[in-house]
Amino acid sequence: MKNTELETIEEKQISTFDRVSEVLIAIFSRPSGMIGFSIVILHIIIAIISPLIVPYDYKEINSLIMLKPPNETFFFGTDQLGRDVFTRTLMGGRIALFVTFFGTIIAIAWGGFVGIFCGLVGGKIDDIVMRIIDAFLAIPWILAMLLIVVILGTSTQVLIPALGFFYGKGIVRVARAATHDVIARDFIMAAKARGHGNFSIIWNELLPNVRDAIMVEGAMRWSWMLLAFSSLSFLGFGVSPPTPDWGLMISEGRGLMSFAYWSVIAPIVALSSLIIGINLSADAFAKALGIDRTQKAPV
Amino acid sequence: MREIIQSIKNLSIGFKSQDGREIAILKNISTSINRGETVGIVGESGSGKSTLALAMMGFSKQGLYPISGECIYKSKNLLDLSDRELEKIRGKQIAMIPQNAGQSLTPNLKIGYQVEETLKLHTKFDANERSIKITELLNKVRLPSPSIMAQRYPHELSGGQQQRVAIAMALAGNPDLLLLDEPTTGLDVTTQAHVLELLNEIAKDTKTSMVYVSHDLGAIAQVSHRVIVMYAGEIVLDGDVRQVLRSPLHPYAHGLLNSIPKLSLPGLPAAMPGTPPQPDENSKGCSFYERCELAINKCNSSKPELKSLSNSQTKVRCFRHDKLEEKELNKNVDLILPQNSNEKRVLNLDNISITYARQSILDQILNRFSDKNITVKDIDIDIKKGETIALVGESGSGKSTILKSIAGLLSIKEGQINFKEDINLSPDVRNRTNSQLRGIQLIFQNPDESLNPSHNVEEILSQPLKLYFGLNGKELKKNIIDLLKKVRLSEKYLYRYPRQLSGGEKQRIAVARAFAAKPDLILCDEVTSALDVSVQAAVLKLLQDLKNELGTTYIFVSHDLAVVRAISDRVAVLYQGRLCEIGPSSEVYKYPSHPYTEVLLGAVLEPDPDLKPKLAAEDIVEEKPPENGCSFQGRCPRVIGEKCFKETPPWQISNQGNAIRCHINIKDLLKNQS
Amino acid sequence: MFLLILKRLGLGLITIILVSVIIFTGVEVLPGDACTSFLEREAKGELLEICREKLGLNVPAIERYLTWSYNALNGDLGFSLSGQKPISEIISVRIRNSLVLAFTAIIIGIPLAIILGIITALWRDKLPDIFISTIAIFSMTIPEFISATILILVVAIWLNWLPGIVIVSSNTTILELLPNIILPVIAISMVMTAHMLRMVRSNIIQVLSSDYVQMAKLKGVPYWKMVFVHVLPNGLLPAINIIALTIAWLLGGVVVTEVVFNYPGLGRLVIESISDRDLPVVQALALILALIYVGVNLTADLLTLLVNPRLRTLQIRK
Repeated sequence: MKNTELETIEEKQISTFDRVSEVLIAIFSRPSGMIGFSIVILHIIIAIISPLIVPYDYKEINSLIMLKPPNETFFFGTDQLGRDVFTRTLMGGRIALFVTFFGTIIAIAWGGFVGIFCGLVGGKIDDIVMRIIDAFLAIPWILAMLLIVVILGTSTQVLIPALGFFYGKGIVRVARAATHDVIARDFIMAAKARGHGNFSIIWNELLPNVRDAIMVEGAMRWSWMLLAFSSLSFLGFGVSPPTPDWGLMISEGRGLMSFAYWSVIAPIVALSSLIIGINLSADAFAKALGIDRTQKAPV
Repeated sequence: MREIIQSIKNLSIGFKSQDGREIAILKNISTSINRGETVGIVGESGSGKSTLALAMMGFSKQGLYPISGECIYKSKNLLDLSDRELEKIRGKQIAMIPQNAGQSLTPNLKIGYQVEETLKLHTKFDANERSIKITELLNKVRLPSPSIMAQRYPHELSGGQQQRVAIAMALAGNPDLLLLDEPTTGLDVTTQAHVLELLNEIAKDTKTSMVYVSHDLGAIAQVSHRVIVMYAGEIVLDGDVRQVLRSPLHPYAHGLLNSIPKLSLPGLPAAMPGTPPQPDENSKGCSFYERCELAINKCNSSKPELKSLSNSQTKVRCFRHDKLEEKELNKNVDLILPQNSNEKRVLNLDNISITYARQSILDQILNRFSDKNITVKDIDIDIKKGETIALVGESGSGKSTILKSIAGLLSIKEGQINFKEDINLSPDVRNRTNSQLRGIQLIFQNPDESLNPSHNVEEILSQPLKLYFGLNGKELKKNIIDLLKKVRLSEKYLYRYPRQLSGGEKQRIAVARAFAAKPDLILCDEVTSALDVSVQAAVLKLLQDLKNELGTTYIFVSHDLAVVRAISDRVAVLYQGRLCEIGPSSEVYKYPSHPYTEVLLGAVLEPDPDLKPKLAAEDIVEEKPPENGCSFQGRCPRVIGEKCFKETPPWQISNQGNAIRCHINIKDLLKNQS
Repeated sequence: MFLLILKRLGLGLITIILVSVIIFTGVEVLPGDACTSFLEREAKGELLEICREKLGLNVPAIERYLTWSYNALNGDLGFSLSGQKPISEIISVRIRNSLVLAFTAIIIGIPLAIILGIITALWRDKLPDIFISTIAIFSMTIPEFISATILILVVAIWLNWLPGIVIVSSNTTILELLPNIILPVIAISMVMTAHMLRMVRSNIIQVLSSDYVQMAKLKGVPYWKMVFVHVLPNGLLPAINIIALTIAWLLGGVVVTEVVFNYPGLGRLVIESISDRDLPVVQALALILALIYVGVNLTADLLTLLVNPRLRTLQIRK
């Protein structure tokens, strides 16, 4: 019974809020969580409303105003084709957010399902599934993604399930480990002894306790997925021009950045801030739920 | 005047709360430790006793810091010393024996190294002398074959052995003052008695002063000369061990002593109402005011000081301690009425055997299972309606295993479980009917584990009601509120989550959940061992009240013989998965016939310094039961010959009605007892 | 313990076999085959036939898988369509180049991560920790291509200290290569160090709050001795496996970094062969990267077995 004395003190400090508001308050009470969440929400809002507020057409090419440094008319300057960098930066997160958001949902869904299933049944099936997951982990994500994209194309219908599948593997592991932790506890034993059916035990006793771990992992996966998506764009295997996309913009502006750094700085700041924002939120979320994220490898 | 080793003056230790307030968990502690004296510090969890012990080494746990006051050792205030200076004192002049030795030994270092480390730091011995000294120390704490032990890693030792290593480590520096933080908590009864005896001997040999911190007044009574009682971060009573334990002059100490179940005293101990205040609740008056029976207005408005009594060494923090002198101690509230033996049968365990070991493929094919090392074997018990039968034994005795099999969570290998008159229970819970499931309910040891942390009280209690009675809507709610009332909790608990409840409240919810099913039989698995003594008494009383009200039958599993004495009508003693003795509690406790029962009862610590435990058997850890003969052969002090190792002992029944399993004639057994 | 090692080896082998099957079927189920992808859809019959003949695509898939794996076991990875050379020839140089990069990054990254991890854990929530941890979060989360781009922009273009882009052919000697790897190594080890230091930090913090560390303090063990004898061995032990996983995972990131710096390693080969739709090379690369992944993890497992007395003694005495 170590730290008994401190624990009893902390116990008292939790007031009778319900779970959701309790977690939200915990997230916002940390500066990092506050900043992270604000960034993410800001990005989402911009992605939704940007077509309505941008000053120029994102694909309008104007050879007269190529590579203009930032000024009053073009806040972030113009790129090598004379397009407004400000407009393109504001809109550059739309597809990335759309694809990765739904990719994350798919990853959580299949990863969570398979993970809990394996954790519950154990034995041979579990062994086999985990071997296959391990094998998929051994193939670098970029190689697999590139292969899929090259052969099936870069449409969102391909990218969403592909990213969802690849990033669900990590969730399988987390969900499985969490399931193992929970089913060893007495309240599951109590439910069994009472004679509840398997479905009722999974739904009422197990899921609420595994959910937290899966949600945190999902948030983390979201940021990896964004990274993967923009890396693909950067390498020229993602969305195709003239669609505004940060990865693509950085890749296009890179060759000229020795004299037109503004065309890469804006998308760099935008993409980095979003990924950092998601990470800070995921960290704060994990801490609010009492999960130590840093113990895990990024696979 | 005796020499003072350490004196503590006005010590307060606390932490900063999230909103920046300074909250003290030790308040104005002043006391001193004399040379050669053993002081017991007793209190329940949250009383600050461990924090006080650590402060005596100039140490505060993370997050805690000294607010004011000093700990003076050799005219230096430990709290002001630099780390460099403290390193010289710690381990050398003041040493600590921690509560959980298993976790306090560094896992990657060999035992020998860890003992040697202290020697290296604090003595001038050369390598040769050190290795001699290590052997000497390990010998002193009675570890078998010290040279082999020294080469072992901590995880290779049993709990009792780890504790001995921790003691050897503390003794290595030859300290003036030895601090012991719950050194025997978590050990088996017999091991605990051995460790305490060892400590007493060391104290006598080395003339070291000791501070013994524990929640267990029984252990404190065995080792201490003086006892300090702590409540809510304050010393409330400080005096000679006999004075404190025989006529405690503080109402809290009085209540605490009354709430301890004792072997010598049948019946339920008196429970103390309420819970201790939280450290951030600042009252102007006495911290015990809320729970005190003797409180008057003055107690609420002003704080009593710790005052010396004129005619003795005792100091007490109470305005009305004189009123206590008239109050009688050791008065248990309700005696359990003897049971009517004509009641119907509720459960019958017919020769059951359980094993955790996996069968070999050959055995599976031949559909047999090997007889060797079966976890639990030959259990034959009849349980009548309305009785409370206790299964007692040390860890590894198979008592919880039996409960799990009754609940259908663990399949039995042989035998038959019969429910009520004629229902043949399936060994697998999934094959039992709804009414069979409803009839048997389980309460677990630790409510933190057995209550789903993501459900609130309403959801927890609605589970069995929905499952067994199909209740919903208003009726469900009404039933839940009734249940809460039954376990003496108010309606406002409905929407609380387990983490918002105290330990006692959580266990009440677990009890309510079991009673929701209106069961015939409740299986209680160590239900009070995670609770503080005063809370334990209240939960025991609740269980007894509910039984009287509803006529429920309990199977009560516990390692605590005094608790079992308090609540059970009949007791079954188990060793290594085999029954040793079974009989009416009054008889078993009065005439413990089986050698193991005798050893077990002898090792129980009573909160009385003059009742010393008897150490009859060796304290060895047996990992598995013997293949042949009597289960207790390895440790039995009365082995009579080959028979004990070869043949399973027969059942014998004494005139008093207890049945024992031993080769020695039951009459001789009783005669030879001291 | 011997059995345990054997078991780990076996598991690694199974993983490799599974990977080869996955890659093979992956390439197989996708529309077209190596030749149609390489020669584009409109490939003429004759050319296609020659190509198929050369790759042996006319035999059933299972048979091809078996020959492919048999040859791979013998070091023959097949024939590159774009390079018109045996794949093993192309890959061996690239592997060397990538290994130079990865090893330098690991040699710098691991000790740095451990030292910084220890510093942040020991000074938890104090200035050094806040400072290092904040930087770590940034360098961990920002994609490699961004940090690489920023590095080039700042160090090569603005400060003009180092060449931004590596301009060497793949066959240069290691010595010639070395000055060119500075920026790529910084880019890779930044991410790697950040990941690992966070894990080391949290492991050590956990150990620091353990009962045995408190006990060591109460025994009067001097602070730094306590850190080195009682804290680090136990704190770094669980980190071994996680570090291995991180290294293996970062292989993907190395690909991007190599492209940004135009470095002639395996990563750029991945991009090149995929752009060229040179499927035999892609297959071979996937297999090699998987081998590295399994190898790194296996090493970590064995290392843990060796240094963890709990695992070591468990196996001997049971």
